[in-house]
Amino acid sequence: MIWAPLGILFAVTALASALCWTVRLSRIAEIVNLAAAAIDCLLVGWLLAVTPSGGVRGLGDYFRLGPLGLWVMLCTALVYFLASLHAIGYMRRMRGEKERLNRFYGMFAIFALTLFLAPIENNPGLFWISIELTTIASAFLVAFQRSAETIEAAWKYVVIASAGLSLALLGTILFYWAGIFTMGPSYNMTWSRFAAVAPLANPGLVFFAFLLILAGYGTKVGLVPMHTWLPDAHSEGPAPVSAMLSGALLNCAMLGIVRFLAILKSTPEHAMAQTVLVVIGALSLLVAALFIVRQRLVKRLAAYSSIEHMGIMAMGFGFGGALGVIGALYQMLNHSVTKSAVFFGAGTTMHAYQSRRIAGIRRVLDAFPFAGLLWLVSALAITGAPPFGIFWGEIVLLQGGMASENRWAVVWTVVLLVVVFIGFLGHFRRMYFGQPPTRPPESAFHWTELVALALAVAAALGLGLWWPSSVWAYLRAIAHHLGSA
Amino acid sequence: MPTPSLTSLTHAIVDLIAMCALLLSFVMLGSHWIRNHILAFAAQSWVLAALSAVIGFSGHYPALLVIAVLTLLLRGLILPHLLVRILDRAHLDREFAPVLQPAMSVVMGALCVLLAYGAALRLGQAVTGQSPVVRIGLTSLLAVVLIGFLMLVLRREAVSHLLGLLVIENGIFLGSLVLMPGLPLLLEFVVLFDLLLIVVALGMFVRHLRAEIGSTDSRSLDRLVG
Repeated sequence: MIWAPLGILFAVTALASALCWTVRLSRIAEIVNLAAAAIDCLLVGWLLAVTPSGGVRGLGDYFRLGPLGLWVMLCTALVYFLASLHAIGYMRRMRGEKERLNRFYGMFAIFALTLFLAPIENNPGLFWISIELTTIASAFLVAFQRSAETIEAAWKYVVIASAGLSLALLGTILFYWAGIFTMGPSYNMTWSRFAAVAPLANPGLVFFAFLLILAGYGTKVGLVPMHTWLPDAHSEGPAPVSAMLSGALLNCAMLGIVRFLAILKSTPEHAMAQTVLVVIGALSLLVAALFIVRQRLVKRLAAYSSIEHMGIMAMGFGFGGALGVIGALYQMLNHSVTKSAVFFGAGTTMHAYQSRRIAGIRRVLDAFPFAGLLWLVSALAITGAPPFGIFWGEIVLLQGGMASENRWAVVWTVVLLVVVFIGFLGHFRRMYFGQPPTRPPESAFHWTELVALALAVAAALGLGLWWPSSVWAYLRAIAHHLGSA
Repeated sequence: MPTPSLTSLTHAIVDLIAMCALLLSFVMLGSHWIRNHILAFAAQSWVLAALSAVIGFSGHYPALLVIAVLTLLLRGLILPHLLVRILDRAHLDREFAPVLQPAMSVVMGALCVLLAYGAALRLGQAVTGQSPVVRIGLTSLLAVVLIGFLMLVLRREAVSHLLGLLVIENGIFLGSLVLMPGLPLLLEFVVLFDLLLIVVALGMFVRHLRAEIGSTDSRSLDRLVG
């Protein structure tokens, strides 16, 4: 029975949020939120064990839990736990926000709740709403500090993401319209019904709807040229929020694109849709690489790296085939944990040196021998160096690319990955070596921050050293279900 | 066919109402007084509620009557009221530094309608052949959505951006009413709820903007670059 753990998961997270809002003590709120995150992790583990490969529908047609949705939930749960742990030490250092900290954790749990909701929606319309809700919940978290910069970032985020998502709604509704000529004027809106509709409907209309949906959810995923909100929101929010945005939210939005691409699988437009996705992913990779090379701010560097990885994942799903999808999904999980580590290290180091600029941070290892080493390792992992998980995800994904029709994109990706590697680690070289800083670091890593960073790096390393065959089989089943194997 | 039970009289009424909604979006483009925008938005919502009632009544979609009432209440009364409150709190009443003069904005809007008409003609032709209802539905849908995006691009005031988002949603609602009155009730319902949340959230940000930056002009939001 999968609905028991799922029900507990939502109940626990909602209850934690309610507790944080009502009990106005930040010390209790941080524990409650962390406990909820830990329980959510265990429950998702339980769900992984009991969910059948065909998926289960519940509450009529409204919810459906399948392997793909569960995989996205796994990424969310891990990042939620790590970020909640990191937040304890990180948020305590915020000056003048002590009285409002309980609200931060309350909103944090609500944000996690909306992120858990999206993958189990069986109705594309309700999926859209869940994604829209994640925007609103996370915007409050981005603007938590209420400085001019954070409000600017949150404002841009809500306006750009909502405008973009309205295109996704338009696309979803046009998709429904395409179906009424074969299904009758009123039918249930579900993913599987859409998949049944697509081959019978007018190809031009279906493709038009797909493009709108790609632009809409692509905005939320941070695909170029709709990415402009992403660096602002990721760099201005507190570090745990940046980790959640990058490691959990972007995956959920990507799920919308992946599902609609799968719906198109038996239409004549499928190959074209795949190519569009590959092109837009390649463009994201290019723009992200250029901005990474020229970056001057620490967290914006990590934010552009998220655009880069989302672009690569989009290409993986666009390549199709078993390998493309498996690689993209494995990269999704690895990106979630590795990018969390990068943001954790960046946030705490920025606090310590009182600087947002790369130039303001020097000789990290002198001040933080162990934590600094972990952060450096996470940077190495995020650029795709072996033996970390992202490296294997990218290798498999590119193998999928070699078997696809868009082989040019493989060469493109390899070249730009080298550029990113040099650019990204060049910034880290300057932060780790070079002249001693003018001011010594003012604060140290709190033990929760250190543990969160260490766990995330350990996960990235573990997933790289050992890719269990059961995980491969699990991802292969998803790829098969998406119709690419 | 999408709307099989509509008589020719209802067709005419639907045409008329859709055109009214389209014209009201031009009122928003052509004026720089934000209060006028809000009034035009409220009027557009009332018109959409009427459209919903007409289609629901003549096409025997009882759910649409519920939607009509909800639209009237939420899009027609509560949202405009919240917007006026935001406006009052921020002490602003007009766009002081528009990107384009009103006349030019209207010309741009007209171009959007032409574009929408062209797209609707081709798409409608391909999907349904010659159906005037489909043509009017698609044209007004795409035109209002495009005008909403135009407002996002051409306006500087934060509240105007919010209105642009709402106009886009109105356009989608208008099109879905005409093209697919059988769309599940639940979707409309949650979209309305979502609009309310967006307005409340952005309303709070406007207040903080005013407090922190001293202005709600989005050109002052230019610190984050690169």
